[in-house]
Amino acid sequence: MEINKDLIAASSTPIVLAILAEEDSYGYAILKRVRELSGGRMEWTDGMLYPVLHRLERLGHVESRSEVAESGRRRKYYRITSRGMAQLAEERRQWQAVDATLRGIWRALFLPVPASHPASAASLPQGA
Amino acid sequence: MSTPGDAVSVEEQIARWRSYLGRRQAIHSVDVAELEDHLREQIAVLVDAGLAPDESFLVAIKRMGDLDTLSREFAREHSERLWKQLVVVPSDSGEPRARARTDAIVAFCLAVVAALAIKVPALFGIQLEDQDAGFYARNLSLFVLPLLTGYFVWKRRLDTSTLRWLAVAFVAAGVFANVYPFAPGGSSFPGDSIEALTALHLPIALWLVVGIAYAGGRWSQVGGRMDFIRFSGELFIYYVLIALGGAVLMGFMAMIFQAIGIDIEPFFESWLLPCGAMGAVVVASWLVEAKQSVIENMAPVLTRLFSPLFAAVLVVFLGTLLWTGRGVGIERDVLIAFDLLLVVVLGLLLYSVSARDPRSPPGAFDVVQVVLVVSALLVDAVALWAIAARITEFGFSPNRVAALGENVILLVNLAWSAVLYIRFLRGRGSFTSLERWQTDYLPVYAVWAAIVVLVFPPVFGLV
Repeated sequence: MEINKDLIAASSTPIVLAILAEEDSYGYAILKRVRELSGGRMEWTDGMLYPVLHRLERLGHVESRSEVAESGRRRKYYRITSRGMAQLAEERRQWQAVDATLRGIWRALFLPVPASHPASAASLPQGA
Repeated sequence: MSTPGDAVSVEEQIARWRSYLGRRQAIHSVDVAELEDHLREQIAVLVDAGLAPDESFLVAIKRMGDLDTLSREFAREHSERLWKQLVVVPSDSGEPRARARTDAIVAFCLAVVAALAIKVPALFGIQLEDQDAGFYARNLSLFVLPLLTGYFVWKRRLDTSTLRWLAVAFVAAGVFANVYPFAPGGSSFPGDSIEALTALHLPIALWLVVGIAYAGGRWSQVGGRMDFIRFSGELFIYYVLIALGGAVLMGFMAMIFQAIGIDIEPFFESWLLPCGAMGAVVVASWLVEAKQSVIENMAPVLTRLFSPLFAAVLVVFLGTLLWTGRGVGIERDVLIAFDLLLVVVLGLLLYSVSARDPRSPPGAFDVVQVVLVVSALLVDAVALWAIAARITEFGFSPNRVAALGENVILLVNLAWSAVLYIRFLRGRGSFTSLERWQTDYLPVYAVWAAIVVLVFPPVFGLV
């Protein structure tokens, strides 16, 4: 299943903030966590995470520090700030509202959740 | 598994990828390091899973994403790193050379038109020297700013609806600059010239119109307005440099022609100076656009240099004021002097804000900025206090109302900036809110200038 770009972009802020709310982390580990959480269904282009992190940093939602990792390379770790926590709570309220609305309409439709069609999944191009 | 040969080639490939990435202006070396760390970890994981190193490299690169998209994404987030290219339509770099040439030709033609436009009224018998000097003073900005706006309209390919509004603004400015009977002695306030007020304020109001054309649809965004602030600062510096060069040229011309007994002063006064001054505005604008990376950091460098010096002077002045207990002498022009002081402080603040990486933590220079702004506010408060105490004695003349209005506007801008800056220093706010405040406040200046041009003449008895 391929999730469209707009949805990925819209959900990136709450997902990154929530992952950082669990613990301080860095780029690669954040992406790994996204993959775990989504069961591989959310495929982010790796590089795109970094502009998102930098935007959150500029807005004061996260802060970064540079540390030498066990690999011997310098690595930038990100930490959520109190403003970021507030933003996360706000995002969560909004997403819950969206989620509740969708749930309501799914129930009203009585449609069975379509199983992912292997044919359509195969025909979709892999995201760049 | 991995032979040494393999390892070397992957190292080489990573080095090549790194240098390729480093050439992108939007991606700084610290970002490259961050991305490289990611790439290496990805490769290591894939090698552990059994892939050959070079295969791992390819997969990791693919996952990282296409470099053009990536650098565009970085550019969008870090607009301060390439503020000028961003305004131009992104990434259609087809024949950039040809475009640069067309750009230069158009700018040059517009500069020539601007230079000639200032001489057009002379054809109708309005001479630069004598009693018509007022006409030129009032309309000076109208000779060149429409052309400059036209340049940006062409360059940013603005749509016709925006174009219509820009044209309306210039026509209105032209009407209001000339409709009032600005005869000498026409005002009921002798010594105050409403004409001079119009001449001073019209360019400020019209500069906003230029800004809207410059931002080309990005005016509603903080980034677009911030780019315009950067552009204005660099333009000012370029203009001063060109003026200095022009002065040297004229000095030599006068000297060598004097040697053969020809006085070329009339030529200077009626042709070289006015035409050069007009054309140079367009040329300087084009230079700012074209030569971005050469002198890009000029305004921030000057700010770095002069912020501490101005802060020191103001603090010493305040200290002396307190120590000696002297009052501020209220001369005729003291209000204007303090307005100029606030303008300079605002400029120092603005250009340090525009060049600062919003992500970096508060540093010593930020403290200097806050000291500068707060001390300027205190000095201005002292002056305003002295003036307010005696305002009834002075009466409200147009000059004083205009200067007072400007002082209040600047004071509000700087005071709230100081609050936001202190919040940022104490870790309670982000730097972005300071940027937003500064850019949101820009139209206030233009609106006040427009009020002075439109409302002052009838209010102060010209009609």
